[in-house]
Amino acid sequence: MSRKTSKSQSNAERLEQLRTRVVIEKEGVGSTSSSEFPYHSSNHQDIDYIKEFMKKFNVKIIRKEQYDMEFDLIGVDAAIANALRRIMIAEVPTMAIEKVYVYNNTSIVQDEVLAHRLGLLPIKADPDRFHFKHANEPPTDMNTIVFKIEHECTFNPKARDDETDPQKLYLGNNLLSESLIWVPKGDQEEQYASCPLRPVHNDILIVQMRPGQKIKLEAHCEKGIGKDHAKWSPVATASYRLMPEIILKQEITGDLADKFAACFTKGVVEVEEGYIEGQYVKYAKVVNPRIDMVSREALRHKEFEDKVQLTRIRDHFICTHSDNHSTGIMDSEKIFLDSVHILQAKCRRLLTALEHKLREKERNREQMDLS
Amino acid sequence: MNRESYQGPQGPPPPSASSTATPRASDNAPKMLYNCADCGTENEIKPKEPLRCKECGHRIMYKQRTKRMVQFEAR
Repeated sequence: MSRKTSKSQSNAERLEQLRTRVVIEKEGVGSTSSSEFPYHSSNHQDIDYIKEFMKKFNVKIIRKEQYDMEFDLIGVDAAIANALRRIMIAEVPTMAIEKVYVYNNTSIVQDEVLAHRLGLLPIKADPDRFHFKHANEPPTDMNTIVFKIEHECTFNPKARDDETDPQKLYLGNNLLSESLIWVPKGDQEEQYASCPLRPVHNDILIVQMRPGQKIKLEAHCEKGIGKDHAKWSPVATASYRLMPEIILKQEITGDLADKFAACFTKGVVEVEEGYIEGQYVKYAKVVNPRIDMVSREALRHKEFEDKVQLTRIRDHFICTHSDNHSTGIMDSEKIFLDSVHILQAKCRRLLTALEHKLREKERNREQMDLS
Repeated sequence: MNRESYQGPQGPPPPSASSTATPRASDNAPKMLYNCADCGTENEIKPKEPLRCKECGHRIMYKQRTKRMVQFEAR
């Protein structure tokens, strides 16, 4: 096995590292700000930023499950990654219950609280097929989904006399989200014949009830965004972190290798055996830096001081979003794609605004020249 | 005075005997139901009637919730 190990870095190498890496030091994080913007370096005119971006940019889907997704966003600035994260949380629209019309509610949960709980239920409906309902706009089949609940709790006539378990003693003592019944309006019946509108999960407990208590209500779903209220957020959480990198400046061999491996999250560093400089020894090998939690434990030990450097790759974002409440609503990939489209729309709006401003300025100048 | 014998100029006599009494607001109002605080059964109680549950004799009653719709924002 051969590996290039050099104790001293050249100046160019050091500069390159400052540009592309966030350095994790013993007592803090260094080199945190990005320098990838025009007019930063002396040779900025020689750089074709678009070309550079196209060369570097990459998206890799690492993991996609029913309720969450992990992907790598490589070659973008933190500003873009953060904009996408914020848009996913607050600006990708979904459908949620917004208005609740209570006809009867004799349960112990107050109407307001009940309405709030209903609002938080994820509704399986494709938001792209609905319009936003603006204030003072009447509800139509294009902007509103109607659900109703008619529920009553009774004694179970078949229960034993000495029964104490409420599940057996009563009928309908748990009001679950499955009791939400869709009332199709307009041509919704035909439109959504293949995918009936319903709550994503059928087993969400809304209210516990006792015999004689009744709930009768109608609930109207509207399209909205998480900025307005968290119930419209399509993700439970969306976050990113930078790809950790563990650089071995020298080989770590022998028993030190075991100690070194123990400094990291399990599976990050493995101890292997092989020939190093003609000797058959145990040595540490970085296998999977992605899963490292970057505890900096290795930096605490004197024996590793000159042998290891911890960094994070500045433009490699490991993005995860678990839409634990929403995946039924939307595909996890679609949430990200939607966020990209929203960001594009925002940029386009900014461009037109700028153009307007420029034209206005030009007109003013012409008028000044004339007068 | 014998009310039955008197014929007004307005037309035929009212059909039921109850409506011949002095008219009250409660006559054509929907019937008022109350829940017994002890056993929970529904009781219809008319004005001037004693407050007493017809099932268990308890004297405390709860008024029922309004039948009107109430609107809430789910926030």
